Amino acid sequence: MTIAGLVRAEEFTPPGPGDFELPALFGGVDKPMLQLVLAALLVVGFFWVASRRGELVPGKLQFAGEQAYTFVRNGIARDIIGSRDFMMFVPYLVALFFFILVNNFFGLVPLIQFPSFSRASFAYGLAALTWVLYNGVGIWRHGLFGYLKHQSVPGGVSGPILALIIPLEFISNILVRPFTLALRLFANMFAGHLLLILFTLGGEYLLLTSDVAFYKPVGVVAFLLAIAISFLELLVQFLQAYVFTLLTAMYVSGAIAEEH
Amino acid sequence: MNWILAAEGEPNPLTPHVAEIVLGIVVFAILVALVRKFVVPNFEKTFAERTAAIEGGMAQAEKAQAEAKAALDEYTSQLTHARHEAARIREDAREQGATIISEMRQQAQTEAERIVGTAHTQVAAERQQVLEQLRTEVGAIATTLAGRIVGESLEDEARRRRTVERFISELESQDASPASSGGGR
Repeated sequence: MTIAGLVRAEEFTPPGPGDFELPALFGGVDKPMLQLVLAALLVVGFFWVASRRGELVPGKLQFAGEQAYTFVRNGIARDIIGSRDFMMFVPYLVALFFFILVNNFFGLVPLIQFPSFSRASFAYGLAALTWVLYNGVGIWRHGLFGYLKHQSVPGGVSGPILALIIPLEFISNILVRPFTLALRLFANMFAGHLLLILFTLGGEYLLLTSDVAFYKPVGVVAFLLAIAISFLELLVQFLQAYVFTLLTAMYVSGAIAEEH
Repeated sequence: MNWILAAEGEPNPLTPHVAEIVLGIVVFAILVALVRKFVVPNFEKTFAERTAAIEGGMAQAEKAQAEAKAALDEYTSQLTHARHEAARIREDAREQGATIISEMRQQAQTEAERIVGTAHTQVAAERQQVLEQLRTEVGAIATTLAGRIVGESLEDEARRRRTVERFISELESQDASPASSGGGR
């Protein structure tokens, strides 16, 4: 309110959650929805073209595809789940990692510049699928009650303390996981994008709209910071895709493990 | 809660939207299905083929190595065999040479003895022959001598008799000494 008094020209409205509610382009379909589909097409298109030839001595494209594929196949799936069962989960984990990665990178791609997963509901969907997957294979491997016991009763604990441990383990392993998984991805993308638009819109306002001469160099600084934050975001976008996939693999590994 | 209430005009970003959740799940499920069907089998097939090719190459190299080793072993064994053979042949030759030398020596000795024997016999035979001849000649000379003696001096019977007796005895002593010396040899 005090700032409004000082600034005579248009008032600066800081960006908020409202900036993530994009208008529908046609019939209830908005930009993030199209991005989601585009990301899926890009991922499957790239991998299909890269893997189609299947030459023993790969070309550049095939080599890139193999590197990306083996990064998830060996670096995440095989290392976490173990060489006995991991092949079953490779398609899911590969798709998951690159789907999230491409959608996150959309936050910095020119003309798109919106991370799909800053819409929380998309993250909810993926977390729900992961939840169904790891609980499903756990029940398939151990039976319903065997699985509940497997997840809720840690080995080596006995006596009255079990009364405390069992609900805690059940809540942390079965109930809370999908929420932390979804919120971690969503919050990182949301906050990163908010920070970026704050610095760019704020910089623009200080540089162009504000009457105070002193604000103009500050606006330049704001733009420079926005560029620096973009590079930070690039790292965060990769890490969040990696963490989501890694945690999914760890949940699956924990669910099908023979013993704790 | 306070923030949510305060920002009455702002939407809550955590609010789930069913359409978005469903879309996210459907799109991702289709992606997983496509990756499973078209991407993973291709890559795994390529990897398997590559592994097989590398292992095949290694097997081939191992086979070649084994063959080379077998050939080397064979050559080595052949060489050893040949060395043994050569040593054996040398040994045989030496033995054979020694045998031949001793045989030859034996033969030479025999031959020498035979020659010496033959020579002795011949010498003896020739001596006998000479002796015979001599005896014949001495007989002839004696006859001649006797004829002359008979022809020249018939007057002195006693002298004649002595002369003949002396001649005969001389002849006998002459005959006896070479005969005794020849028998003594």
